Amino acid sequence: MAVGQNVLRKEGYEKLTGAARYIDDITLDGMLFGKTIRSTVARGQIKSIKFDPSYDWSTIVVADYRDIPGKNYVALIENDQPLLAESEVRHYDEPILLIAAATKSELQTAARHIHIAYEELPAVLTIEESLDAGQLLYGTDNVFKRFLIARGDVDEGFAAADHIIDGEYRVPHQEQLYIEPQGMIAIPGDGEMTVMGSMQCPYYIQKALKQLFDLSDEKAIVIQTTTGGGFGGKEEYPSMIAAHAALLAQKARHPVKIIYDRAEDIAATTKRHPGVIRHRTGVKRDGRLTASEIDFVLDGGAYVTLTPVVLSRGAIHALGPYRCDNVRITARAVATNTPPNGAFRGFGAPQVAFAYEMHMEKIAAELSIDPLELRRINMLREGDITATGQRLALSVGSEDVLNAAIERSQYLPKKQTIQASNAAFSNGDKRRGIGLSFFFHGAGFTGSGESRMKAQAGVEITPQGRPRILSGSTEIGQGMRTIFCQIVADEVGVGFDDVEIEDPDTSRVPDSGPTVASRTTMVVGRVVQLAAREVRDKLHSFVAERFGAAEARIIGGKFVANEKELGTFIEIARDYVAERGELRAYARYASPPSIEWDDESYSGDAYPVYSWGADVAEVEVDMDTYEVTVQKITTAQDIGRAIHPVLAAGQIEGGTLQAVGYGLLEELVWDKGRIVNNRLTNYIIPTSLDAPDMETIIVEKEYPNGPFGAKGVGELPMDGAAPAIAAAVYNATGAFVFEIPITPERLMAAIGLLAR
Amino acid sequence: MIVRFDVNGITRGVEAPPMKRLLDVLREDLLLTGTKEGCGEGECGACSVILDGEVINSCLVPVCQIEGSRILTVEGLARDGRLDPLQRAFLECGGAQCGICTPGMLIAARALLDQNAHPSRDAIKEAIAGNLCRCTGYVKIIDAIEQAAAIKQ
Repeated sequence: MAVGQNVLRKEGYEKLTGAARYIDDITLDGMLFGKTIRSTVARGQIKSIKFDPSYDWSTIVVADYRDIPGKNYVALIENDQPLLAESEVRHYDEPILLIAAATKSELQTAARHIHIAYEELPAVLTIEESLDAGQLLYGTDNVFKRFLIARGDVDEGFAAADHIIDGEYRVPHQEQLYIEPQGMIAIPGDGEMTVMGSMQCPYYIQKALKQLFDLSDEKAIVIQTTTGGGFGGKEEYPSMIAAHAALLAQKARHPVKIIYDRAEDIAATTKRHPGVIRHRTGVKRDGRLTASEIDFVLDGGAYVTLTPVVLSRGAIHALGPYRCDNVRITARAVATNTPPNGAFRGFGAPQVAFAYEMHMEKIAAELSIDPLELRRINMLREGDITATGQRLALSVGSEDVLNAAIERSQYLPKKQTIQASNAAFSNGDKRRGIGLSFFFHGAGFTGSGESRMKAQAGVEITPQGRPRILSGSTEIGQGMRTIFCQIVADEVGVGFDDVEIEDPDTSRVPDSGPTVASRTTMVVGRVVQLAAREVRDKLHSFVAERFGAAEARIIGGKFVANEKELGTFIEIARDYVAERGELRAYARYASPPSIEWDDESYSGDAYPVYSWGADVAEVEVDMDTYEVTVQKITTAQDIGRAIHPVLAAGQIEGGTLQAVGYGLLEELVWDKGRIVNNRLTNYIIPTSLDAPDMETIIVEKEYPNGPFGAKGVGELPMDGAAPAIAAAVYNATGAFVFEIPITPERLMAAIGLLAR
Repeated sequence: MIVRFDVNGITRGVEAPPMKRLLDVLREDLLLTGTKEGCGEGECGACSVILDGEVINSCLVPVCQIEGSRILTVEGLARDGRLDPLQRAFLECGGAQCGICTPGMLIAARALLDQNAHPSRDAIKEAIAGNLCRCTGYVKIIDAIEQAAAIKQ
């Protein structure tokens, strides 16, 4: 069996020897370099664009919106974001012009000879300014999207409460900071366009190219090259870059490469949505929740892009993994004149998770109940009902993860030791703290998303007789190539090394949906498994006809009937292809029939299943500098069957550290809509020295509708670390920090409030 | 100007402007694209190479400074098709995910093990602190370097 084994990563050899080809490693004959000329105001009308007449423009290709043969928008939800601004700019660093040249130095020089003048308009830069609606950017109230989730009667719930506890929580922008910057190469053809590059979603790019260039599916070809990290940052924005490169390539009749440098990448591309979350909660004296009213607002940035979907996931997760019969969640996303915010691992859930877990800490403190006890009183268990009215029936690992994290970390004894050591605190010492968080994450698309998507994938037999997977899912480091091959190996009964996987190329693989939403293993992996099953069944029929052995089984990679070996799977599959021609099967995802979701009332089964997690963070706080050091995080995560335990642990550890960055370090500095710290020198992500020791416990509550019992893992680890650290900081200092990141400045202010 | 230096055991002569970055010389002139650019300002370590025994950021070194030097890039780690123990350990321990930081990470680890065959976990963390990874949380990278050091004995 391959499933459950730590087989070697399929593309590992290439990545370890430097042979893997990322987009910037590819050079084509006659290739030009492209660059984007961007706005230098947050909001305004373009008054003039001047090309310095003293500069020789004869070798420079210039393109603007008038060169777009189709419609000037990047296709997504509302199609409101132009590929290139026409007269109005709505955020700093918005693309206006494109230029291409034979060398990078020529490109930089030419860019300095373009001068764009604006009539500036008052910019809306924060959630509060947008809600004031003093300046209208969108509709009649600047609200891109709103959702209401209501269950029970909150008034009754508050009336039944012994205490009503309010809290307000703020979460910042966060940059994905994949280490490979964004990049694309476009290759013009005869009535067609091929784009290759760093991406998560080839079919998103194809859809965008089709609209912009009036192309059919066959004429818009998108190929993923080895991709150096995505984390959501390469979900939607690559469509923009691909189309920019294509527009220049079409005009130049040469291949064009666009690679962002780090400063441009941080300044111009999408970020995690910042937000403000307010909780008002009714609680019984014993800690039971009676009512929860939540107001959740996200800053969408200048265009709609994926914001409604991020808002939706955030709203559904806003109550947290807790039981409460009377719930009212109001969610809004607003327009501002900042670069559009977009997909980032967790997709709205890390924002609300910081709020719901800090609010639990606050309730525990106000009621003098142990925070662990408060979680145990209110946590969702099998059979319980979520905020959207979903009864949790399958694979509910909630208690398992909480118990595992508490026991493995020795939370309770450590808490006592820490209390004693802090009591003996004297100046110059560091205070210690321990805190926990409990969280869940819906796997796959929200609501009816997967039913509408009907993700497709296939398996074919190569002329050599080997199974080859055909899927539009992408390898972005998470291990999709390896995991799909493990699934197919076990489904058809061959060795892992015998399974091949086609590179994502829209002319060769079907649309498996985007590589997002913790859906690749659970949803697409399931489709791959079904396609493999169909191929295997066809080979069984072939064997039945050929050998008269309808009862033949595949054992150890061989067809065996009556204890007689008929041939290896590979031999028989090869014979099939030689005799009967191609053997290929496609399958589509069908949501489990029990799933019911109503888009109108936003109620029902929001996700087919949830993954569950619990983190325990141990910190030290320097009481002179207010610096927080995270010493250890113990995390237990229920992800269903781990197809590849090492890869799964890698997801959990990596996501947890990104969440440490979110909670402690990562912050954008803005000046009138421009990001000031758009460099790795001043946008700080965790290094190996910032990384805590991590102990990871994988809990495997198998999910019967996932391949071999697997659920989603990609995003869950992003949800828990920030609130666990904040809880540990509270445990150490007695100060609540309600806004992340917990910088020394914020902690100093919070401790200062205690003294007053 | 023409600059001569040794890359992965082979003497190379490159004609390039004196201030051209070593990173670009490796990638563009010598087609050694295993060395990556992540930030261009010496923060991420994706462009790490070993220059005369020391790990350096090749995005910060002009080619005119390396006349007569010896350089090791990721392409020079495996010998005769046999992976360096570090490469093997990264493969087995899950030390590479997206792979973009991996060449620099391997180089930083190689330099460490060349100087300290049995580093502590803290010494490993210190040695790779100049190499950013956004995928792994560093745990499996540190595991891999520990494993490679153990195999080396």
